[in-house]
Amino acid sequence: MLSSKQVRDAQEEIEGYAVAMGFDFFPIVYEMCSHETISEVAAYGGFPTRYPHWSFGMEYERLAKGYGYGLQKIYEMVINTDPVYAYLLDTNQMVDQQLVIAHVCGHAHFFKHNYMFSPTNRKMLDEMANHAVRVRRYMSKYGVETVENFIDCCLTIDDLIDPHAPFIKRHDDPFVGKGGDEEDDEQEPVSQRLQGERAYMRDFLNPPAWMEEQRKKARAEAHEARHFPPEPRKDVLEFLLHYAPLESWQRDVLDIIREEAYYFAPQGQTKIMNEGCACWAHTRLMTKHILNSKDVVDYADHHSGTVAAHPGRINPYRLGLALLNDIEQRWNKGQFGREWEKMDDWKAKKAFDNGAMLGKEKVFEIWQHYNDVSFIDEFLTPEFVAEHMLFGYDWNDETEVYEIATRDFQKVKDKLLFGLTNHGRPFIYVVDGNYGNRGELLLQHRFEGTELKIDEAADVLRNVQTIWGRPVHLETVQDENTVILSFDGQVKVKT
Amino acid sequence: MAQKIDADAGRFRQIVRGKIKSQLKGYISNGEMIGKKGRDLVSIPVPQITLPQFRYGHKQTGGTGQGEGDVGQSMGGDGSEKGKAGQGAGQHMIEVDVTLDELAEMLGEELELPKIEPKGKKNITQQVDKYTGISTTGPQSLRHFKRTYKQALRRQVMSGTYEPTDPRVIPVKEDTRYRTWNTENLPEANAAIIYAMDVSGSMGDEQKELVRITAFWLDTWLKSQYKDVERAYIIHDSTAREVDEHTFYHTREGGGTKISSAFKAMNAVIDERFPPSEWNIYCFHFSDGDNWEEDNDICSTLLEEEMLPKINQFCYGQVTSYWGSGQFLQELKADFSDEDKVVSCEINDRDEVLGALKTFLGKGR
Repeated sequence: MLSSKQVRDAQEEIEGYAVAMGFDFFPIVYEMCSHETISEVAAYGGFPTRYPHWSFGMEYERLAKGYGYGLQKIYEMVINTDPVYAYLLDTNQMVDQQLVIAHVCGHAHFFKHNYMFSPTNRKMLDEMANHAVRVRRYMSKYGVETVENFIDCCLTIDDLIDPHAPFIKRHDDPFVGKGGDEEDDEQEPVSQRLQGERAYMRDFLNPPAWMEEQRKKARAEAHEARHFPPEPRKDVLEFLLHYAPLESWQRDVLDIIREEAYYFAPQGQTKIMNEGCACWAHTRLMTKHILNSKDVVDYADHHSGTVAAHPGRINPYRLGLALLNDIEQRWNKGQFGREWEKMDDWKAKKAFDNGAMLGKEKVFEIWQHYNDVSFIDEFLTPEFVAEHMLFGYDWNDETEVYEIATRDFQKVKDKLLFGLTNHGRPFIYVVDGNYGNRGELLLQHRFEGTELKIDEAADVLRNVQTIWGRPVHLETVQDENTVILSFDGQVKVKT
Repeated sequence: MAQKIDADAGRFRQIVRGKIKSQLKGYISNGEMIGKKGRDLVSIPVPQITLPQFRYGHKQTGGTGQGEGDVGQSMGGDGSEKGKAGQGAGQHMIEVDVTLDELAEMLGEELELPKIEPKGKKNITQQVDKYTGISTTGPQSLRHFKRTYKQALRRQVMSGTYEPTDPRVIPVKEDTRYRTWNTENLPEANAAIIYAMDVSGSMGDEQKELVRITAFWLDTWLKSQYKDVERAYIIHDSTAREVDEHTFYHTREGGGTKISSAFKAMNAVIDERFPPSEWNIYCFHFSDGDNWEEDNDICSTLLEEEMLPKINQFCYGQVTSYWGSGQFLQELKADFSDEDKVVSCEINDRDEVLGALKTFLGKGR
């Protein structure tokens, strides 16, 4: 086992090279951990303390068993905080630690500079610990099972947030003062009238009876149009937080779940880029500066394990690194922009090189301004898809297996983006908090061609009902018909 | 080292074993049945509880992958683990070995079975002599040539009389080594299970599968309770015979049914091999209950007079088949309603196997 001084020296050396290369990060604190501890921390999502919940135990068992049976190994764990905390497996040998430290430099740079992370709480370590204390307090006051069951409920909808709003005003209510106010009722709706220059023509052009009728109509329309919420809300959790009839402890638990969901959301949305960035960092740092010739084989073994291709699955490490390398090369040769894209001859296109050498600048820029969706959307090229043998697969109903469906660039790209957009999850909105004027909740699935797993959706509704307290409904599409799935003690489907 | 996560992990295990929060039971996924690997290892996947969320059916969305293959080529398997294109680090199902003891413990928890108290001579072990040792004295008949010459060589090398150019090794009396015995304590087998199954024409594959599953779990539980378990298998239609395990599960015979033939065979096995003073004997009989009517009385007499005094428990499991009348169960219940040792139940489908186990084993005899 390495001494902490050895690791500290390695850290100092590697960070020196990283900074010289242009990386910039908050100070990094390394913790040397046994595999039990690192499995525990990993199960807690990278944090030393979380609120008590069986799901962390489940994850821990999976990781610990996987390690125990030699099936998997966590080399490192790093979290988005200031300072950055990173955990190293204490049984790693030196070359592994060097690689991992270089890798962490990449992650730390990405956390600090990528725009998706800018609204995250960099003191989340403390926040998580506070959450744990609060939940424990509720558990001792209201009973473990009561609180845990409520957490289970909240976790079934913890993905119903709005990860596209990077700057969220968390604690004030966006629709107080709109919609429901009595004053609005008194305001005269502007009714249509024909324009007339002369006063004596007015009553002729706009007879009072007709005007009154118009006014009534407008008022009715305005009443119709007054929705609650005024427009569909994607942040279902926020809506429930404000309007569901919850006990104060329940409200707090829901708020905790939501806050943590927002904290973790950017990581889900930048997985490919983030891992790509870290791999880019460790490959450059290791091969240019750190690696001793005696460690080359171990390094290559570790690196190839990290970026190995798994058939039938996208490895974000591999895709991220390969795409960044591709971009760096293209920008080094000036293979971008209108002129290059307009070239017809693919040979000339491929050989094009004007010595621009803008690659490194470009990848640093990308790390700052993109997320996985925009990254893939903008930089995935037909050449890349062909070279890296990406494919799209589909379920074949007749043979009952997944089959490679396409290698066509556009289709592969669409499939990839579909899996990344909104985390590959359906878009669910709150459209009516007073459905049928009975205080019931109507959610809407924005249908984009793919149907929901309906039995699971029904189970989610059951949980939402527990929170909302009144019947809940979900408008979605089944077998090409719009249906409303309801839960008011039992599941009903209405076409 | 105690960890913070132990409490969470413990709670998770309790949920999986159905001790708490049974409302989550429906979300537990742990693959299918348990397969035997090696001698007493069994592999089961790591159980996972997946809370419901709004999700697409994966069959509808497909995904993206990387690698060789032509369009239209199958990806193999049902693709259930290929669910997460492009996100997460990809979570594989892990096959993990659980010992049968752990399994039996889980089974015990699940069924709330009492621990069986072994009767009489519970800690008796048998002493067996095995010739595994080496001694410097002994009879000539047990001389160990190889060890003797080794010793001689060693002596010659040490004393410097060994000539590599003239490698002659001559043992003297002190070099001679003899085989000798060590005494080992061997646990005495003290439980015997006798399975009997009706293989008459009316027992189909599904019925036999039910018997197989039930027998597997019975084995597992009884093994966890006794050091060693002896088994005997009997199949019968109108006549009975003892068979090996494989035949037991794979035979299909035709013909009528005479349950008394099985009882006689069981009795014979007990008399022959398992003296009741030394053995805990469990008899399990599975049938679809379709018996010759005049045979029922013979069965009752046999059971009451011959078998029950010798055995710990007689269990009768009746599987429902298309043709079976299921009459035997009623007869048995009527004749032995106040007899603790006779346990009977119906097993109609796989869901009822658990209940049957509980009925069979729940008495803790």
